Amino acid sequence: MSDVLAVAEHRRGELRDVSFELVTAGRELADATGGDLHVAVVGGDTDSFADALNREGVDQLHAVEYGEEFNHDVYVQATEALFGDLDPEFLVVPNSVNGLDYAPAIANKLGLPYVSDAVDVEYDGSLTATREMYGSKVETTIEVAEGPYAVSIRGGEWPAAEGVGDADVSAFDVDFDEDAIRSTVTGFEEVGAGDVDISEAEFLVSIGRGIEEEENLPLIEALVEATDATLSSSRPIVDNGWLPKNRQVGQSGKQVTPDVYLAIGISGAVQHVAGMKGAETIIAVNTDPDAPIFDIADYGVVGDLFDVVPALIEEFGGDAPDV
Amino acid sequence: MKVLVTVKEVAEVEEDFEISNGEIEETYLDYDLNEWDDYAVEEGVQLQEAGDDVEVVAVTIGPERSEETIRMALAKGADRAVRVWDDALEDADILDVEAKADILAAVVEEEDPDIVLSGVQAADDAFGGTGVALAEEVGFEWAAVVNALDTEKVLDEGVASVHRELEGGVEELTDVELPAVLTIQTGINEPRYASLRGIRQAQSKEIAPKSFDDLGLDASVADSALELTDMYEPETESDAQYLEGDASEQAAQLADVLREKGVVDG
Repeated sequence: MSDVLAVAEHRRGELRDVSFELVTAGRELADATGGDLHVAVVGGDTDSFADALNREGVDQLHAVEYGEEFNHDVYVQATEALFGDLDPEFLVVPNSVNGLDYAPAIANKLGLPYVSDAVDVEYDGSLTATREMYGSKVETTIEVAEGPYAVSIRGGEWPAAEGVGDADVSAFDVDFDEDAIRSTVTGFEEVGAGDVDISEAEFLVSIGRGIEEEENLPLIEALVEATDATLSSSRPIVDNGWLPKNRQVGQSGKQVTPDVYLAIGISGAVQHVAGMKGAETIIAVNTDPDAPIFDIADYGVVGDLFDVVPALIEEFGGDAPDV
Repeated sequence: MKVLVTVKEVAEVEEDFEISNGEIEETYLDYDLNEWDDYAVEEGVQLQEAGDDVEVVAVTIGPERSEETIRMALAKGADRAVRVWDDALEDADILDVEAKADILAAVVEEEDPDIVLSGVQAADDAFGGTGVALAEEVGFEWAAVVNALDTEKVLDEGVASVHRELEGGVEELTDVELPAVLTIQTGINEPRYASLRGIRQAQSKEIAPKSFDDLGLDASVADSALELTDMYEPETESDAQYLEGDASEQAAQLADVLREKGVVDG
């Protein structure tokens, strides 16, 4: 009992990037346990998914045919069957929205200790996982005395596996209990359609919690007007209803790749950074010198946006409104 | 119909803080209702307002101090609350998902709700697993990361028709049979402020304390498979070029950078 079982993720006909990161993390664990890396793919075009997942370091690929899209009831049953058959030491899944939708259930069902959103894992006879708490303000190490373990890994923390592997590919038959499938995916919806496509913008002025109140938004809008920029934001601004969803940058919003991303009052939570780290130049304005946004910024302004932004508007000949 | 909302009092860390003996010193912590749970409470209260005879019960695992936070849920419209605490929980430095699910499962069995609303995650430990593990534990259906719920369908048809917020601006539309646990994402609604009248009324609402004994649970439920062994501030890796001076000097340099990069004329 020292193998690793990783369950890949796909959506609307495509494997998601995190699936290949999962292979890397799974291989690391398999090397530490001295076992094999099993990768499973459930549903969709399993043949082509298995081909694509056959990268260096994968020992066995298991294709479970059932349905097209993710359904947690199906994934729980498939994972339970695979786990029962393979008897691995580790179950590894992505800490994605779909991971969140079935990993806790399967861990509970199998009685496995569950560590979510790991950014690092080490195995030395027992598991030590590194994860963040308090909105990424601290890192913690968590020791789990006894396996087998269920771990979900954060996307973007492991490099994607590359190369072509020589894994055995086989179909894995699961005797699904149809009565236990009590949820139905009825479709998908793209959100954030609208007049502006922030993913096309060259210069984004982006605003976060630091703006404090909706009444302060005209200040940023004046900057946007004076610099002919496009306005975007982090999640809380959209959650508050101050800007429409199509302005949201981040994991659950849009991915953007502007020439310049001016982040004003944005702390730089990992979910936000996932959406904007591809910007060519990142400039951050924040009062907190320890804000994580400065870790990825090219230029940093430690200061109060309510002082800096009016001064910047004047630099470009605009009028800063009183807020 | 009965709606059970799980709420948690979470610690928020001040901007500057210190860690000693593997934990953040108490003086740097403020306690508040978990942000995700605030949206779950609002969703529960909206169901109550839309339907006839809908009861909203808030449940928490927390020491007596947390009653202050639970009253917020009552002030916003929850009818009553249950607070689970036990001596066995005093020493647990981290309660794993399994323990939370087991404890809440005992409450679900007692209350027999039609729908359980739970925040996607807690702002402090951020495991993001309690709601879904609870659903599995009690044999309910579930949906995670819900950012839209069709209230009428829940009340009229006994189906939770939800949107799940996936990554990259895509939402999944899913129908889930009741009874079900939904984990609620921020932004699903606009949480109300507690009115003065609500706050006054909350004072007379019941917060029933429950021990493990009351729920028929064994002290071993609090045993966690996980041990928190270290806590530290992540190293800053900033290579940023900092623009120094007062605000107008910083703005002048910033303007130069924007001109150099060619994104602003003038």
